Amino acid sequence: MAEKKGKRKRLSRRQFIKGAGTAIAAAGVGGAILANGPRTETRAKEEKKRTPAQAGAVDVTLKVNGETHRLSLQPRVTLLDALRDRLELTGAKRICDRGTCGGCTVLMDGKPIYACLALAVDAQGGEITTVEGLGTPDAMSRLQKEFVEHDALMCGFCTPGFVVTVHAALKQNPNASMNEIREACRGNICRCGTFNRVFEAAYATAKQM
Amino acid sequence: MPQEQVRWNDPKTSRYLNKRIPRVDGPDKVTGAAKYTYDIALPGMLYGKILRCPHANARVESIDVSAAKAMPGVRAIIDDISKTARFAGQEIAAVAADTEEIARDAIHAIRVTYDVQPHVVNTRAGRNDPDRVGDPAELSEGADPSTLWSQAAAVIEAEYYVPVREHLSLETHGIVFRWDGDDKATAWVSTQAVHGVAGGLANALRIQRQDLTVICNHMGGGFGSKFSAGTEGSVCGRLARLAGKPVKLMLDRYEEQVATGNGPDALMQCKAAMTADGKLLAIEADLWGTNGPGKRWGVAFPYRTVYNLPNIRTRSHGVSTNTGGARALRAPGHPQGNFLTETVLDELAAKVGLDPLEVRKKNVLRAVWREQLDAGAKGIGWERRNKTPGAVSGRYLRGMGCACNTWGGGGRGGSRCDVRIGSDGSVWVGIGTQDLGTGTRTYVAAIVAEDLGLPIERVHAEIGSSKLGQSGGSGGSVTTASVAPAVKMAALAARARLFEVAAPMLGVSAGDLECADGRVQARRNPSNSLSFEQVCAKLPPGGIEERGEWNRSLQQSGVAGAQFVEVEVDTWTGNVRPIKVVAVQDCGYALNRLAVESQIIGGVIQGLSMALFEDRKMDDPTGRMLNPDMENYKVLGALEVPEIVPIVFETHDKVTGLGEPPVIPTAAATGNAVFNATGIRIRTLPITPRRWFDALEEQS
Repeated sequence: MAEKKGKRKRLSRRQFIKGAGTAIAAAGVGGAILANGPRTETRAKEEKKRTPAQAGAVDVTLKVNGETHRLSLQPRVTLLDALRDRLELTGAKRICDRGTCGGCTVLMDGKPIYACLALAVDAQGGEITTVEGLGTPDAMSRLQKEFVEHDALMCGFCTPGFVVTVHAALKQNPNASMNEIREACRGNICRCGTFNRVFEAAYATAKQM
Repeated sequence: MPQEQVRWNDPKTSRYLNKRIPRVDGPDKVTGAAKYTYDIALPGMLYGKILRCPHANARVESIDVSAAKAMPGVRAIIDDISKTARFAGQEIAAVAADTEEIARDAIHAIRVTYDVQPHVVNTRAGRNDPDRVGDPAELSEGADPSTLWSQAAAVIEAEYYVPVREHLSLETHGIVFRWDGDDKATAWVSTQAVHGVAGGLANALRIQRQDLTVICNHMGGGFGSKFSAGTEGSVCGRLARLAGKPVKLMLDRYEEQVATGNGPDALMQCKAAMTADGKLLAIEADLWGTNGPGKRWGVAFPYRTVYNLPNIRTRSHGVSTNTGGARALRAPGHPQGNFLTETVLDELAAKVGLDPLEVRKKNVLRAVWREQLDAGAKGIGWERRNKTPGAVSGRYLRGMGCACNTWGGGGRGGSRCDVRIGSDGSVWVGIGTQDLGTGTRTYVAAIVAEDLGLPIERVHAEIGSSKLGQSGGSGGSVTTASVAPAVKMAALAARARLFEVAAPMLGVSAGDLECADGRVQARRNPSNSLSFEQVCAKLPPGGIEERGEWNRSLQQSGVAGAQFVEVEVDTWTGNVRPIKVVAVQDCGYALNRLAVESQIIGGVIQGLSMALFEDRKMDDPTGRMLNPDMENYKVLGALEVPEIVPIVFETHDKVTGLGEPPVIPTAAATGNAVFNATGIRIRTLPITPRRWFDALEEQS
């Protein structure tokens, strides 16, 4: 989890935008700011002058699940959107889109990060692993099998995020206790209420490792 | 015409039903292969985006889309969705563009001037304005409570409040819409009613219902908020028509939380009385709450479906506010009414000086709750509770509370299921229902596998399309009791056809055959058998198709439950930590015990979340929601979730739904546990540290 928080800091969009020398402070308050939520407004104001939207696109090379992809993206495109909309890797979900829910968790060099808080341009050079890279329906990982056996999923929308998070936690600590597993999952939100069974699935996997 | 009497498979001999069946779509969901509406991408697809009014009460004076129209990549604009906004977040205009980023830019390039009117966004403020308060709904039964107070052993009088809560579905509302010609279309919708949406959306777009196919293979939570395609649905269809291309329009988190429904609040002033032997004597209450702009409102208070309440006078007032409209939220009206009733009951029990468990057992309407209360009390260790709340001192105090629930959960007629068996032995089952995460797809496959004697992997179950047989929306916990009987009847009809074919092959009458372990065999002489494939090879070349209709005898309405919660209160900080929950829940014949347990656990987690965290905050001065996101609209998370013990309490052998009931009593039981731990009664949810200190101040 520490990694996730740490990574989030390093790759935050806010810092990127600041670094690019744009004046986000000018967004201000008042009528328009809530038209589509404060954050998108802030971002959009800066980017309007760069239309057409593909203007300013840069070449981005991403290494995902062992494959190298060359893309042409605007710098504002998040890693999550690049994975989902450009590479059709839709396992990572867009839920809160601001680093709260963990539904977009992917691995960067083995460490879990929120893909919604990483920019695709910043994700270059790293080894990215998505839930698709951990197993397939016909060849599930041990952890994925335990998720199914323990019914650690209901609607399933948060599930890929949990799978990736727990995978990383067990990789780091194969003898994880129930409490350590719980700690590892604190950056992931489930609404249907699968937490207990996620912990059980993770613990069952740890016991076999 | 009376229906055939049919029974569910005997658990003693069944392979799947009433056992623990891992979800058939589990492998797709844990590997990211499952495609939700949010994951659909079509060739040439555009992205749609909606402009929402930032004011809580306003009229559009002018709207200028010229700058947006001029932006490269913008393909369609709609500027007439609404000329008025009755809450901050109402839809005004929309665009479709080549990328989501361009669509966002275009939305912000639209200039709207508003005539902004005064607003009211909270029930407490609105109830003082006669123009905003609807005519009260009155409930009057038995004697006038005012004549009974003097006969009571205990009378309490207090104010209670349950705030507005949100569904917080993880997959936001949204749609991918594609026109297949001028008057035919396909829509992928995150919905809990594929057939209902097909009808509603076709009407909105003025096409024939049968010309619109609605698909929802997987959906990321609905909880009552996804019965219609909403404004965003028809807007997306219009954008796609204007642009001549498919359009994807998924709401963002802010939109999801301001505009796609909520569970209404309940403010109550109540006076209630109990006799010395623990019988509820009388309740008199005024209640207020808001469903949004409308004035209709009500919650299940008092909870007369569980408790015998002889003398009642209540007046319920709906309050119109400038907030997003309410929608059904998992057991609509019940968690609120249950919290109010169970808290009042608990207070009275404490005042009379009786064990709250015994008081409940005295007042429940049916014996099933007494049995469940005993089972739950045993599970939690009720004898360990504080006998005298408030008598113990120390920083961390533990206590226990309980509450009961009830719900319908019976089925509805009208579901139609088809089973096809190919001459190659393939088995397909289809029904136009949907899986909200409850495990619908899994029991559809399991029912057919059970009766055909096949491994579940051999049955291909297809749901989530309006092209499949009619079935209703997944709400009111009616899905299982509506769908499962139709599936069972289709499976039995298909099996009967197989037996007709096999009978002459085996030289026994069709009535003496059975399916087991992939074979069709003589019941009295199982060695006289054929493989399933051998029988199928004799089917007509196109195979067979049989339809099943809903059968009343396979389902039943009415469930009961009781929950016990143990908490630890940090009396220095007011932090409440749930320790353990025992949830006893009736559901009749549990088709899939694994999924039933998950459903109970999930209900408890949402109930705890309601008890301790959930609170939609509206800002009086600006009229806007202050927490339209997931970090400030807090829900129970991994660190807070306690041990939860589901007890599946089967009282009969028919199927009853239980999607909603497990969420109902948890909040009340949690509040009662806080009282048992500390002697401090918290009457306003959620029970946050702030409420703890408010209550300390009030009660000192």
